[in-house]
Amino acid sequence: MSENADVIVVGGGPSGVAAAIELRRRGVRKVVILDREPYLGGATRHCSHSPFGMLEFGRMYFGASYGRKLEQEARKADVEVRTGHSVVKLAYDGEVTVTSHRGLETLRARRIMYATGAREKPRSARLLSGDRPIGVVTTGTLQTYVAFHGLLPFRRPLIVGSELVSLSAALTCLTHGARPVAMIEPRSHTLARAPLTWFPTLVGIPFYQSTELVDIKGRARVEAVTIRRNGSLETLECDGVLLTGQFTPESSLFLQSTMGIDAGSCGPAVDQDGRSANPMYFAGGNVLRAVETGGWAFREGRSVGAALALDVKRDVGPSEHVPVTFDDPVKLVVPNILRRSSLETAAFTQFQLRFVRRAIGVLTLEIEGRVIWSKRGQWMPERRIQVPIPPTAQRAQQVHFGFREEL
Amino acid sequence: MVFVTENQPKRSYDVAVIGAGVVGCAVARRFALAGAKVVLIEKGADILSGASKANSAILHTGFDAPADSLELELVRAGRQEYLEVRESLGLNLVKTGALVCAWNNIEDSKLASIEVQGRENGVSELRLLTGAQARSILPSLSDRLVAAVEVSGEHVIDPWSAPLAYLTQAVKLGATFLRSTELLEGSFDGFWKLQTTSGPIEAQSVVNTAGLYGDVVDQRLGFAQEFQIKPRKGQFVVLDKAAFKHVPTIILPVPTEITKGIVVCPTAFGNVLVGPTAEEQDDRVRATVEEDTLKSLLKRGAEIVPALANIPVTAVYAGLRPASDSKAYRVFSRPERRAITLGGIRSTGLSSALGLAQHALKLHAEFGSGLSEPQSIPSLCMPNLTETCERDWQRPDHGEIVCHCELVTKREIEAALESEVPPGDFGGLRRRTRAGMGRCQGFYCNAKLAEMTKGKLATPLAVEEGDQA
Repeated sequence: MSENADVIVVGGGPSGVAAAIELRRRGVRKVVILDREPYLGGATRHCSHSPFGMLEFGRMYFGASYGRKLEQEARKADVEVRTGHSVVKLAYDGEVTVTSHRGLETLRARRIMYATGAREKPRSARLLSGDRPIGVVTTGTLQTYVAFHGLLPFRRPLIVGSELVSLSAALTCLTHGARPVAMIEPRSHTLARAPLTWFPTLVGIPFYQSTELVDIKGRARVEAVTIRRNGSLETLECDGVLLTGQFTPESSLFLQSTMGIDAGSCGPAVDQDGRSANPMYFAGGNVLRAVETGGWAFREGRSVGAALALDVKRDVGPSEHVPVTFDDPVKLVVPNILRRSSLETAAFTQFQLRFVRRAIGVLTLEIEGRVIWSKRGQWMPERRIQVPIPPTAQRAQQVHFGFREEL
Repeated sequence: MVFVTENQPKRSYDVAVIGAGVVGCAVARRFALAGAKVVLIEKGADILSGASKANSAILHTGFDAPADSLELELVRAGRQEYLEVRESLGLNLVKTGALVCAWNNIEDSKLASIEVQGRENGVSELRLLTGAQARSILPSLSDRLVAAVEVSGEHVIDPWSAPLAYLTQAVKLGATFLRSTELLEGSFDGFWKLQTTSGPIEAQSVVNTAGLYGDVVDQRLGFAQEFQIKPRKGQFVVLDKAAFKHVPTIILPVPTEITKGIVVCPTAFGNVLVGPTAEEQDDRVRATVEEDTLKSLLKRGAEIVPALANIPVTAVYAGLRPASDSKAYRVFSRPERRAITLGGIRSTGLSSALGLAQHALKLHAEFGSGLSEPQSIPSLCMPNLTETCERDWQRPDHGEIVCHCELVTKREIEAALESEVPPGDFGGLRRRTRAGMGRCQGFYCNAKLAEMTKGKLATPLAVEEGDQA
């Protein structure tokens, strides 16, 4: 069967572009990036407060300028960039169905690299109670309002969450003339590290921990919210609710295909080379696990691109693999699976873990039932945890992360 | 609220229909087709602002309707007409069939009578199945299934395009649609004088299709109270399209006296919904979703189809059904006042709407005013939103996708905004195009939609930058 490319990269954010450039750099002839947006850059395009590019390009870029740099680099590397191309289906045999201004097309390649990034969980998936008026949006939505359209979805929102992105959300509000009425976090601690802990108070936004949103009121637009703070209910008048964080991989094409997603990460399960259970497909960047910085996604994409450049020159490898299992309260481990690989260098040299909640105890890595690594500590949710992948792991039959909690 | 009275030209109509839910839209169409000069008035900013915006989208056969009831007669007539006219309106049908599932012996003991009742109701395609037989039809069903009745005639439709098509056809025949127009009071003196928030209206006859406000509108028209609306809330969870392959068929529970129960049902848009609950409340406006209830719906869904356990939630919603103090439809005709009330249409309104419209026209004929049928019936083709037929994104030259989750093209949104009955609010735009209805719920497209809809919706998505709160 004739192929349209050696590798098709789905998604033109930092990880997809980095993979594509690396593939070309390593001599892979035809690499095509498909992105549904009109420009490359992915989520970085609307993030106006976070600097990007320091490690990969040696200078800082903000917002859409980073995407333009990515596009420039991709073109310099002779990557075929197709924006305005929305992939609608991934077939097991590597056929990609895509719609664009040209209508429907099916494309084939020797390998597919899936790099569709992450997004924040919307109100519905959070199962929030109350009316369903206009004005309940995520940070990403707010940022596209201000970055691309010069609009604002509200003037006095309640901000929900205390991740790093929540800081960005608050800044976006303040720099565009919106005045958050409060910032709340259901946990008893912030998810981001200091200085976020101090930031809201510094800029005059009341910040309440251990506070939940229990009701949203409003017929057409948000009129008020009810929060539960220290066990008692309070009503706050506001005209919007800004839901920040709770990122989730945008992995729907995998979910809807026969390949499915990993229950822990909610992204495609990949091995140490970034290869999924179906060896035709590779993946990298935030679709693997939410959520890392743009710089991290770029480096991860580049590593997976390097492994893929070796893999694509060979026949499709075996599908057999061993799952990496883990105890509660570990939320996810990437790579999610391991397989015997003949590639000289792996894309991942470290396992990345996340915890569901704050926990104190001993985390262990067990291979074939033997503890070969352990560490005691306080483990925080949404923080990156890395454990080196031992060379024996890819030949093992049992790879498990254990946890012994100390209460 | 603007009261325009004295100086406005007198607006007079043959029939004023009050309430633009699915029944009101169907009635407007039926009377327009019969040659009447129709006005449809609606309190909300768009059609389907009340009960009709939230339902399970099933086109019922009437197999479980009360025997010899008006509801049964009209569900059957409405369904029949839908099947006859749908192609000429560009409306679709997803032939899902349904399984009424018994999960224990008590429920199992009711299946035989459900089957008998169904046949007596004139529904012939019914089959009693063992649990194993039912699971061979739908392997994703839990192995706890005891037995089932297959009802192959139960189908799923697009619950929003259908009423929109009815009204669009009426408008093309010259009907007037007045939105954001509330009936304040009416008096009859040989003809009706209606006071509304958009000024006075005169009409020869009135049809009350006010749904959740059916009893209130009857009062405002000066009628003695015949029934009382008792809103019954239903919450739903919509699961990601990945669920569709597990649930290609409607899964119904064995109904109880009060409710049809929680359904697991494919949608015309390729999702799966779980719901509704049945919660009595006094409030006719607020239809809130509640976290605990949504969680219990998800749990129930996964008990029925275990594969649903890991499917992400796409949307949640709640609606109010206009139940009344009796289970039966509350249909009243007052020939001496030239008024018809179609009230208490609880949960079968989508199926029976066209039947109710036929019935209203029949009742109206007894008022003794002749209508002359229009010379020609304008053609109409609703834009297709169902997954089983070709959508715009599959066609060449569609231009640009705005909503990537639901694959809504820019030109589909522009067409909806410029249509005969354009959306009056964001919900109306979502229902007409599916934009923002998908798994990201507008993470990507909401801002773009805010720009495209500037100045066109009753409540704009964006507050202008520079505005003061």
